[in-house]
Amino acid sequence: MAVKEDKVFEIPDFKPFSGEILSAPKGIRRKMIPRYEELARRIRKALLIAIQGAGSGHPGGSLSSADILTVLFFYEMKINPANACSPDRDYFILSKGHTCPLLYSVHAAAGYFPPGDLLTLRKFGSLLQGHPDWKKLECCEISCGSLGQGLSIANGIAMAMKMDEKPNRVYCLMGDGELQEGQVWEAVMTSAHYKLDNVCAIVDYNNLQIDGFVEDVMGIAPLDDKFRAFSWNVIKVNGHDIEALMDAFESARSFRGKPTVLICSTVKGKGVSFMENKADWHGKAPDAEQLALALRELDAQ
Amino acid sequence: MENKMKATREGYAEALLILGEENPDIVVLDADLSKSTLTNRFAEKFPGRFFDMGIAEQDMMGTAAGLAKAGKIPFVTTYGVFVSGRAWDQIRTTVCYGCFNVKIGGAHGGISVGPDGATHQSLEEIALMRVLPNMNVIVPCDAIETRKATLAAVEIQGPVYIRFGREKTPVITDEDTPYEFGKALTFRDGSDITVIACGYEVGEALAAAEELEKENGLSVRVINLHTIKPIDEEAIVKAAKETGAIVTAEEHQAAGGMGSAIAEVVVRNCPVPMRLVGIEDRFGESGQPEELLEEFGLTSRFIKKAVLETFERKKQPAANRAV
Repeated sequence: MAVKEDKVFEIPDFKPFSGEILSAPKGIRRKMIPRYEELARRIRKALLIAIQGAGSGHPGGSLSSADILTVLFFYEMKINPANACSPDRDYFILSKGHTCPLLYSVHAAAGYFPPGDLLTLRKFGSLLQGHPDWKKLECCEISCGSLGQGLSIANGIAMAMKMDEKPNRVYCLMGDGELQEGQVWEAVMTSAHYKLDNVCAIVDYNNLQIDGFVEDVMGIAPLDDKFRAFSWNVIKVNGHDIEALMDAFESARSFRGKPTVLICSTVKGKGVSFMENKADWHGKAPDAEQLALALRELDAQ
Repeated sequence: MENKMKATREGYAEALLILGEENPDIVVLDADLSKSTLTNRFAEKFPGRFFDMGIAEQDMMGTAAGLAKAGKIPFVTTYGVFVSGRAWDQIRTTVCYGCFNVKIGGAHGGISVGPDGATHQSLEEIALMRVLPNMNVIVPCDAIETRKATLAAVEIQGPVYIRFGREKTPVITDEDTPYEFGKALTFRDGSDITVIACGYEVGEALAAAEELEKENGLSVRVINLHTIKPIDEEAIVKAAKETGAIVTAEEHQAAGGMGSAIAEVVVRNCPVPMRLVGIEDRFGESGQPEELLEEFGLTSRFIKKAVLETFERKKQPAANRAV
């Protein structure tokens, strides 16, 4: 089955699922797990289509975090897609900026901007830069791409919320390889020192980085012990289990006195067999044929 | 003008106290140097708005960006050498690219920090900061101007770097001296040549100009270029056109700093003979401030020499001006 290289793939329709979930009260959402799974599947398809259209980008880590962000944006966080900067929102700080195809797809699914814009990813004049630029696209909250900086920013926001006695929570997604950056551990100290229990860090622990296995490149284990030693509340969770993620976020929300980290076991490239657990798919775009195959696999799930 | 001595860091600390009183959104962060940067005074008065971030400049800068994201106006303060060097990528990517309203106080600027030696003498931060889009860079000439500049920094939306020093230096302005962000001040008019200086070197430039007038009959204009970015093109071009030669003086590497910024304006608009007085591609070393200023060629006599040589070049036909 040859696929023409210039074929334009269509971004899937999120509305039937995203709209239904977002209009449901939180209590009801718990009973909508299959809809979350379908939404995550469509988000995966969208980000792959966007990356293929761009001809470059980072599918591996985008796919591994897809379920996490689906739960975060459509279950856990207080969001306002009609007004991205609404003062009562919870903040999401993407620290591993290269996985922005996922963030953009989640934003599009939630209605921050038209899903069709995903096809402009990485193109000249696009709001969807290769790494997020919040001055172009406010819902990204920050501009990032140089790793290791997000948690510090999250802490600063959380400190401001504490000063103003506001209930907003701050979430920060980091990659496992990213934890090799020294600044992350400076920030880990700060969150604990200032008792920022309104901070929830999330580690996408997919075990792979560009040069290979994290433990071969520069080991970070034992990660849970490290965070505990830094006085954090640690929750280990399967990063592809929607219900477990809901529980984990709920637990983090109710924990007082310490910041919480969700260490999410994930599979890099999750959902596409030939991308799963392959470091090569960290930062490589599928061609049209590979995309068609990936979409068929996702459709079959 | 009074002939008083006062450290520019005092001016920064005074401004923070005034700002703290006026605006509840002002917060101050320091990296374990609050007793040296004098942010401890703000900490005592406004403990709920002061954060000691420990010896972790990169995290401090990111935290400041987060505070700014949430509407606060953070003043990040530590030694200039650390804040501009260790946290440069955080300043570039998070603060400047994101254009967050973060004010950076770079303390202990220049060679005159003295005995601590090369590791603590900040000689590159004007270059490091001014190349960043969205960044504003201010190097005030004395304690009073530092206070005014710090107060004015809050009126600017976006990142600002303010350099100040530890040593007591002459107070050469007074309360009535105008201060306008981005607007150079002509401290002495002259028609033969212009000396443009910032920070401590403004005083040295004034001393040099006076002696040059007495001893050599030269009419030397002296401009205090407290704002290096955005640069006052108009004042520089006017000086180049009216006096035909420019010497710059700064307590910083001659490469990449204020003098280079001025040269960029001059070559674009009206090339004239120029000389940059600054540190010539060297690291600092331990010593008393006055010994170091002499060793590194930053006292008034070096400015005088540069002025005389540049004035000679100006008199030559353009083709013969090569040094």
